[in-house]
Amino acid sequence: MTTTAPATVEEVVARYEPVIGLETHVELGTRTKMFCSCPTEFGAEPNTQVCPVCLGLPGSLPVANKAAIEATIRIGLALNCSIAAWCRFARKNYFYPDMPKDFQISQYDEPLCVDGYLDVEVEGKTVRVGIERVHLEEDTGKTLHIGGATGRIHGATESLVDYNRAGIPLVEIVTKPVAGAGTLAPEVARAYVTELRDIIRSLGVSDVRMEQGSLRCDVNTSLNRPGAEWGTRTETKNVNSLRSVERAVRSEMLRQASVLDAGGRITQETRHFREDTGDTRPGRSKEEATDYRYFPDPDLVPLAPDPVWVEELKATLPEPPRVRRERLREQWGVSEHDMESIVNAGAVELIEATVAAGTSPDAARKWWLGELARRANEAGVELAEVGATPAHVAELARLVDEGKLTDKLARAVLEGVVAGEGSPAEIVAARGLEVVSDTGALTAAVGEAIAANPDVAQKVRDGKVAAAGALVGAVMKATKGQADAKTVRDLILSRLGAA
Amino acid sequence: MAAISREEVAHLARLARLAVNETELDTFAGQLDVILQAVARVGEVAAADIPPTSHSIPLTNILRDDVVQPGLTQQEALSGAPDAQDGRFRVPRILDEEA
Repeated sequence: MTTTAPATVEEVVARYEPVIGLETHVELGTRTKMFCSCPTEFGAEPNTQVCPVCLGLPGSLPVANKAAIEATIRIGLALNCSIAAWCRFARKNYFYPDMPKDFQISQYDEPLCVDGYLDVEVEGKTVRVGIERVHLEEDTGKTLHIGGATGRIHGATESLVDYNRAGIPLVEIVTKPVAGAGTLAPEVARAYVTELRDIIRSLGVSDVRMEQGSLRCDVNTSLNRPGAEWGTRTETKNVNSLRSVERAVRSEMLRQASVLDAGGRITQETRHFREDTGDTRPGRSKEEATDYRYFPDPDLVPLAPDPVWVEELKATLPEPPRVRRERLREQWGVSEHDMESIVNAGAVELIEATVAAGTSPDAARKWWLGELARRANEAGVELAEVGATPAHVAELARLVDEGKLTDKLARAVLEGVVAGEGSPAEIVAARGLEVVSDTGALTAAVGEAIAANPDVAQKVRDGKVAAAGALVGAVMKATKGQADAKTVRDLILSRLGAA
Repeated sequence: MAAISREEVAHLARLARLAVNETELDTFAGQLDVILQAVARVGEVAAADIPPTSHSIPLTNILRDDVVQPGLTQQEALSGAPDAQDGRFRVPRILDEEA
């Protein structure tokens, strides 16, 4: 038995095999709620998007939203699922005020879509993640706990509830257990959620923004000795970014391995991911919480999607993101390895939009994967949230092409863009970053540099062109780096008769 | 044999957060048993060719278009609530743990 806790996933996998599973909730972008005609705008005043149905008032009757059913069937089809010929909604009964009815309408043993798969790429390998089910339910209200210290229920004496979100259509996508990923398990989890997000975004049925909660992910993790039965799993909630999905699996693997190494056993429980520390802490114990007394909702008639309708919906599916990526890879003329970097950086759409705005693929890739990726990484945010848009980058690249900015100046401009100072042109004007292209000013600076370095100038006159570098440096210094080095060099050489 | 036990009634009462004392448990277990026995008689006439029924009307696919209709104002929504604060329903704390 090892006495020190494992520090890496490799050490864990040397002794245990991980099995992961993911449950993902996607809030659909329908105009109205799942079972009533209330609007679904984000950020409205509390309890202003409610009606007798979503407040569970006596005598009200739910009617399912056709657009939500269609969206769910399309998600199922995009995930290679079979669409149920007949299924029902069920009531999930529980005692908590986030649903005013005291139950949530969901689907239990008859989900709308079953048995699909999603292929994801991890380090050049294709991993097939099985999809157990895709079902439709309604979102819950938002509770705010008061009387405690931090809005948490711990120490709180009362809760304030806003039911605007209660009843918004929510699609739950559950994977089959994914075994055999070994050390790549954290990356597989992240790649799956990324691919799922891209597919759902391409379907146009949700904005799938993790930071706004329209894509939420629970991560199940267990470890077992090679050849043994699967171990007890934990469910980690509160995983709110792609990066966190990967970190949550990794930290659970390390934690469980150290418990098992010490001869302990894993408790089946819900754990909460902590963004700041990257580890998990225990939440509510599952043992008492699972008696939901599901039964078919008598107020909602069964769904029996007509095969013709399903075929029509199938015809609306867009090009799958994987196929699209391969097409873009060829259009942009990048290697598979480079394309994987683009995908991992979350830059496919960003580069595509930048190219569409007139930038060359090479330049678009250079700015997104270089300077901006570095800044996103430093700030710990996704590339799409770094503060620069494709329009910004296209404008910047145009300024560089026109000779108005050098690469060095362009990086300074990006710093301003990321800091929210405005568009590249505005920042160039505000910070005075434009290339000194005023020939008069440059000619004067060149003259001064030659006068200040007569020995160097003579060497250049004598044909030692390489010596001109020192003069270029002097001019660049005099113009505070705002001149184009090549222009300066050409000016010096022509002045000294060496060009 | 009883269709529902005293323990099951106690469990259901706990799930529903109903305070049911020992005497009431006996009373309700007996009453619920009568109801369940009566309903169970349906099973005696339902042959294997009759599928379980969850809905009394043979309809499927009753759907509505995704069109917004006016609902209640905040004031109307909160008008029947025992307590409210800042435009929200105010309720006692439910769980000791994180939900």
